[in-house]
Order: sequence, then structure tokens, then C-alpha cells
Amino acid sequence: MDTLLTQILNSLFYASILFLIASGLSLVYGVMRIVNMAHGNLYAIGAYVAAWTIGLASTELHVSLLFVLLVTGALAAALAGALIEPAFLRPLYRRAEEYQLLMTFGLLLVLEDVMRLLWGPHPLTASALSDALGSISVLGATYPAYNIFVIVIGALAAVGLGAFVYRTRFGVMLRATSQDMRMASALGINVKRVYVQAFTLGCLMAGLGGAVVMPISGAVLGMGVDALILAFVVVVIGGLGSLEGALVGALIVGFVRTLGITYFAEVELAVLYLIAAVVLFVRPAGLFGRA
Amino acid sequence: MTELALTSPRVLSSRRVLSGALAVGALAAIPTIASPFQTITICYGLVFAIAALGFNLLLGYTGLLSFGHSAYFGTGAYVVALLVKYLGVASMELFVVAGILGSAAVAALFGVVCVRYTRIFFGILTLALSQVLWSLALKLFWVTGGSDGLRVPTPTLLGGLGGPGADKVEFIAHRYYYYVLILFLVATAGMWVIVNSPFGKALQAIRDNETRAEFVGVQVWKYRWIAFVISGAFTGLAGALWVPLNGLTTPDILYWPFSGRIVFFTVLGGFRTFIGPIVGAIAYNYLETYAVGFTVYWQLVLGIVLVLLVLTMPTGLVGTAMQLVERVRRGR
Amino acid sequence: MSLLETKAVTKTFGANRAVDAVDFTVRAGELLALIGSNGAGKTTLVNLISGLLRADEGTILFAGKDVTRQTVNQRIRAGIARSFQLVNLFDGLSAVDNIALTIFARQGKTRSLATLAARDQAVAEEAMLILKEFGLAPKAPTLAGGLSQGERKLLDVAVAYALRPKLLFLDEPTSGVSTREKAPIMDVVTSIVRSGNITAVVIEHDMDIVFRYSDRIVAMHQGAILADGTPEEIRRNEQVTTTLIGTGETR
Ligand SMILES: Nc1ncnc2c1ncn2[C@@H]1O[C@H](COP(=O)(O)OP(=O)(O)O)[C@@H](O)[C@H]1O
Ligand SMILES: [Mg+2]
Repeated sequence: MDTLLTQILNSLFYASILFLIASGLSLVYGVMRIVNMAHGNLYAIGAYVAAWTIGLASTELHVSLLFVLLVTGALAAALAGALIEPAFLRPLYRRAEEYQLLMTFGLLLVLEDVMRLLWGPHPLTASALSDALGSISVLGATYPAYNIFVIVIGALAAVGLGAFVYRTRFGVMLRATSQDMRMASALGINVKRVYVQAFTLGCLMAGLGGAVVMPISGAVLGMGVDALILAFVVVVIGGLGSLEGALVGALIVGFVRTLGITYFAEVELAVLYLIAAVVLFVRPAGLFGRA
Repeated sequence: MTELALTSPRVLSSRRVLSGALAVGALAAIPTIASPFQTITICYGLVFAIAALGFNLLLGYTGLLSFGHSAYFGTGAYVVALLVKYLGVASMELFVVAGILGSAAVAALFGVVCVRYTRIFFGILTLALSQVLWSLALKLFWVTGGSDGLRVPTPTLLGGLGGPGADKVEFIAHRYYYYVLILFLVATAGMWVIVNSPFGKALQAIRDNETRAEFVGVQVWKYRWIAFVISGAFTGLAGALWVPLNGLTTPDILYWPFSGRIVFFTVLGGFRTFIGPIVGAIAYNYLETYAVGFTVYWQLVLGIVLVLLVLTMPTGLVGTAMQLVERVRRGR
Repeated sequence: MSLLETKAVTKTFGANRAVDAVDFTVRAGELLALIGSNGAGKTTLVNLISGLLRADEGTILFAGKDVTRQTVNQRIRAGIARSFQLVNLFDGLSAVDNIALTIFARQGKTRSLATLAARDQAVAEEAMLILKEFGLAPKAPTLAGGLSQGERKLLDVAVAYALRPKLLFLDEPTSGVSTREKAPIMDVVTSIVRSGNITAVVIEHDMDIVFRYSDRIVAMHQGAILADGTPEEIRRNEQVTTTLIGTGETR
């Protein structure tokens, strides 16, 4: 039953990455009602910055310290988010949502090429991290330890984000704003600040996702565009704006992908998109969304 | 009875007819006065303009933002490529008819699902469905050629002109250009009639107020669905005309950023006017062609243009020009 | 003879019985005022009759036929039209096009893709005639979104009227306009009821208007009908005066 276990772990690995991307996308939509098409690029920024800093430091620092540098990817994405929201999105809140969508599409194009400009057309990677951990034996199956590390990060992120949104004062403000922006504003919540914080937090999650996936799949141009659509599938299944939904959606997509790669590789992606379309058709608010 | 005529600023006035005739004259003269490169660039622009007209029936007139129109453009293109691959067809007329029918069929199917929703849900549904086609084109490589795509040789026009073996640049910059121009004019006239017909008014009513439209007896889903199919058919026609021009179709034209491009050029021209999308498509194509020739960072250029457009010119090129003209007129 | 008759229609939202087993009748040719404080269930009753909402229980008979399960469109074809409490217009269309579209829809012409709307002289003339009746002729080319609140209220009624219904529901046609603008709106409503074979049900808060214009008054309270009678009877009905009028129910 080694293969079964491996399959399950692979699914959890996918799900972790997907959750990191999708939870940010969903959080931003939930609070600000903006579907950020550039979200995948913030994930890519996380990957590039982590690969870059680790590449710079790899000769100087011990491997264990390089793991800490993964955080730079998340921080870089968060910084980008903190700049993007006030400069490019804030002027558009009163406009029709077409413009918000187009703005984020424009940012997608810009960010894509900024990464090409900064890091060139060739992929960056830091496989030293995944190599350093080697493989471990899980219930008799050998499995890359780095993937387990990613699964743990994903799980911690889910718990941490949940605690943050449901247990802290900031979380209360976040949820109040997402329920009813005007009411929240009337209650004295600084909506502007909540928006920029929520957007930054969403980008931080995406950047973290990109950073931790990088030692495995590298930092590649186009990774953001590909990831965005999978993140869409996740949030559509789970429900736009719902964190629980992002988690369940990520698990569903993770498992379907693993199954798909094994049994129906040709139509694996098509099946995922169809699942998303069917869920949206039957339950437009997703499995966990508010109507 | 002029007093009783329904007010519709878009209906033909003699000034409009005149400027339209001038524009058509200029377009017809292009192959004789411009270089083949310029002519081909305009030709691409006209093809994209047909797609934009179709797209804008949904965005500008029905109030639905599709982020999945790559599906219909791509269907038009792949139907042609598959006709070449499996049936050895070379007739452009067959390509056009098949491209329109194929994309209309796909739109009819996808539309049933999509038209029940509006706003962002509509956008994501159209996107998800378009990505089903993209992934199939990518993965079913024994049929579609996978990421290499499928080649399409020079077609024959009207049963005799052109055809395999003809000098490609010469063919495209002349005969094929006029072929595209005529279909573009037909498509433009057809769309103009549609948006000014009672049906077109019903779509605008749905755009403005869905509930009220239902309560004056417009069956909202049905009308949206018909608009969706027409929109898909126009975009499919554009796809069918595009393949011989490009000589190749790859899954890239089914991938969602291409849908974003269709949205981009429609908004660039201005989606609240009839000719905005046409102007936008031609202008965008120039912009992209020159940006690509000028720098590898062409996406950066396009992205900056889009960001500035959204921030400073939300009514697009045509809308902004109209506002300027209006201001000058008032100023006098 | 009753044109409309509801039998025990009920609509609940959660635990809230918004319309509670209501028997409501409208007689052909009358101008009926439906009154009641906010949240009494007036709009919900109209929503049920016009088909925006489906009744949980009860039946709705219109011109002798059971329309309870009919679609909005079927009810419009049968002759039920309505306006909305908040103005609901096609803001991107001109005033005359708002009416013209409605006429096209009524005549089944919106199915036509290949003719020009502006070339239909018969529709153009009828639309202008309706605008004239409502005193909106000078505003024909103005986009509905650019009209004043009073004009928008009028156009809202005109759009419903352009369907040439047998029964017209007007949900607070004079709310949100100045006192001075209220009379003209009600004058038009009265004149279309008197001149044609139209029956109108008007939801109205202003009791002066109600007593002045209506033939009959039905008062609702907490989802049920509290009283039903001529203006004189209602004026003398103590239950109504204490629950509605006495509490200063004029906004
Ligand atoms: N769509 C709805 N969902 C939930 N409750 C509703 C809805 N529409 C109306 N209600 C409730 O039903 C009751 C009657 O409302 P309504 O018919 O609008 O009253 P009126 O028009 O007499 O002011 C109110 O308590 C209102 O809150
Ligand atoms: Mg009401």
C-alpha cells in the first residue's frame, strides 16, 4: 500500500500549496470584493525572491538557515501587496467591477515582465533545500521529507490563518468589513486600513506558497498565470470569500489532481475545470460560501 | 414626422454615413498605399475587431463581462485546422461557415450554464469553461497537435483564388486582406443592425435593469442566451479568419490570457460606443505588434497602458475623443 | 365582478409571516388604495400577485383563471403589470426608448434582430403618445438616468402602463417626491383608470392622497388585512385610525 500512501501525501502536498494561494485570493475577495487576477504573480514573486535570496546566501550560510530565508519570498509578496492596494486599487472602489478586474489584469502583465526583467528568462531554483532533507520513511513508504515540510507549513498556515481571522480583534474587523463595508465604517472601523491589511495578508500567503514550492518546481515565468486558474478552481468549489472553503477546495483539487495524473492524465485539467463549472452552476456560492 | 422618430443617437445621420464611407474607403485603399507589413497588421486588427464586436454585444449591450471568449475564438480556429487535417478542406468559405457554426454550437452549450449568472460569477464560469477547451487542446495532442498546435496552409478563396503554392505574403496582403475587409464590413453592418433592433433594445434593458426587464415581458435568460450565441459566433468567425493569417493555431489562443486580451482591446476602444471595440482592436494590435518588435518586455508596455487606461481614460479612446469634441464644441 | 381574488395566500420569510392567509379582492375598474405601516406586507403581497415571489400557500385567481403557478411572463401576458417601490428604469435608454422597449416586448417584437427599432413608426407614435399623457414629451430624448426624481417616478408608472395591462399595481408611486409633485402623478393615474379599462391598485402612505383619489381602501397590518371599505368607512374605522393614521403614518 506504499503507492496509496504516496498518493495521499502527494495530494496533501498539492493541497497545501493550493491552500496557500487560494486562501489569499479568497480573503481578498471576501473583504474587498475584488477578484485579483495578479494574485498568481504574487505567488510567483514569492518563488523568485526566495530563490534569489537563497541563491545569494547559499555559499555563506548553513542549509538550516537557508530555510529561514524562504520567509523573504512571503515578505516580498506582502510588500508588493502593501504598495499595490493603495496605488492601484483604492482609486477604483467606486467604479464598476469590470475596471477592477482589468486593473488586476494589467498588473498581471506588468508583474510578469518585471520578473523577467529582474531575474531573466531562465528558471531559478534552490534544490539544495529539498536535497538537504532527503527522504524519510513514512509507514514503510519512502517519501521526500521536504514535501512533508510543505504539508506541515500548509497545515500550520491553515490553523494560523483561521485563528487570526476568528480569534483576533483584527479578524473581527476583517469579518465585519466583509459582511457590510458601510456598516463597518459607521461603527468606526478604518475600512481603508482593513483593506490594505487584508490585501497584504492575502499576498503574504501567496508569496509563502511560492517560496515553499520553489525548491521543488523552481521559479519559472508563467507559473503565476497557471497557478491563478487552479486557485480559481479551488475558491469556486469552496466558495469565493470563504476560508474553510479554500481549505476544502484545496483538498478536493489536490486529490483530484493526483487521481487525474494517475488515471486520466489527458483530461485531468479539463475535469478540474468542469468540476468548478458544475459547482458554480449548482451552487454559485460554492460549498461554503454565503449566497 | 421627425419629431416622432425614436431617439437613438446611434441611428444613421448623414454625417455618420459620410465618415463611415471615408473610413471604408481608407481601409480599401490600404493594400495599394501601404507596405505588405502594414496591410497585414491592419488585417489582423480587422480580424480582432470582429471578435471585439461579438464580445461587446455581451459587455457593452448586455452587461456581461466574459473572461472566456478565447473559447470561441479558439473554436473557430481549431475547427478550421481540423477541417484541414482530417478532411483536407482548403475552401475559405467552408472554413468560415464551419467556424461560425462550431463556435455557435460551443457557445450555445456553454451559454446555457453561464447566462443564469451575472457579474463576477458569470466571468468565472465563462473562464472555467474556456479552460476546459484549452486543456483538451493541450492534452489531446494526437488530435490537436498539443502545444505545437496545427498548421493551416493558405486557403482558396471563392473556389479559385489563392490556394496552396501561392506566394503567401502577396496573397495575404492583397486578396486575403480584401476578403477579411468584406467580412468585417458585413459583420459590422450585421452587428449594427442587431444592437439597434428591438432585440438589441431588449438586451440594453437587461443590462440596465434585469428585474424590470423581466417585468416588461423580456425573458432575461433566453435573451442573454441568444446574445451569448451570437457573440460566440462573431468571435468564432474572427478565429476562423485568423488561422490562415497566422498559418498556425496553438492552445495559446484558448488560454485565458487571450480572453483578457479581448477584454483589453474592447475597453481600450471604449465599450459604451458601437465603434469603440473596432478602434480598440486595431489600435491594440498596432500597439502589440510594435511593442513586440521593440522589446521583449512588451507585456510590460501593454500592462502599463492598461493600468493607465483604467486610471485615466475609463471611457476608452472613442469615449475620450467624444468627450474632447464635446468640450471643444461647448467651448465655442 | 372581481378581477383579482387571492385566497389565503401566505408567504413566510423564516419565522416572519410577511403575508398571512390573505384574502384580497380587486374589482374591475376601481382605483384601490392599499395602505399599512412599513413592513405590513403590502409589497410582498404585490410580489406574490405579480410573480416576483412564489406563494407558500393559497391561490391567486386573475380574471377567473388560476395564476398561482404561472411565470412572470405569463402573468404579464394575462394583463398584470406593476411598478416598483424604488424606481426601476432602464437608465441607459432614453425616456421614449424605455416606453418603446416595453411596447416592443408587449407586441412580441423584441424577437426581431434584423429590423431597426427606430424605423417602427407605429411604436414610435404610441410611445410618444404615452409620454404626452404623462407630461413627459419634452423629455423624450433624455436618458432615463438623467431625469429628475419626479420625472423618474412618472416614467416608472408610464412603463408599466405601456404594457396596456388590465390590472396595474403601483408600489408607492409618489414616495420620495415633493408634495407638490404628488398630485400630478395621481392625476395621471386617475385619468388612465377613468378613461381606459384599467384597474389600479396603488400602495400609498400619504392619507390625504389616499382619501382624495381612491374608490376603495384596503388596510394591511402585520401580514393580514385589517380593514376594507370606502374612504368614508375607513375614515370612521377606529381600528385603522389608531393603528395607522393615529400613529402619524404619513411619511
Ligand atoms: N425578501 C425578503 N426576505 C426576507 N424578509 C422580507 C423580504 N421581503 C420582505 N420581507 C419582510 O416581510 C415583511 C413585509 O415587508 P413588505 O412587504 O416590504 O412591507 P411593506 O411593503 O408593507 O412595507 C417585513 O417584515 C420585511 O422585513
Ligand atoms: Mg413596501
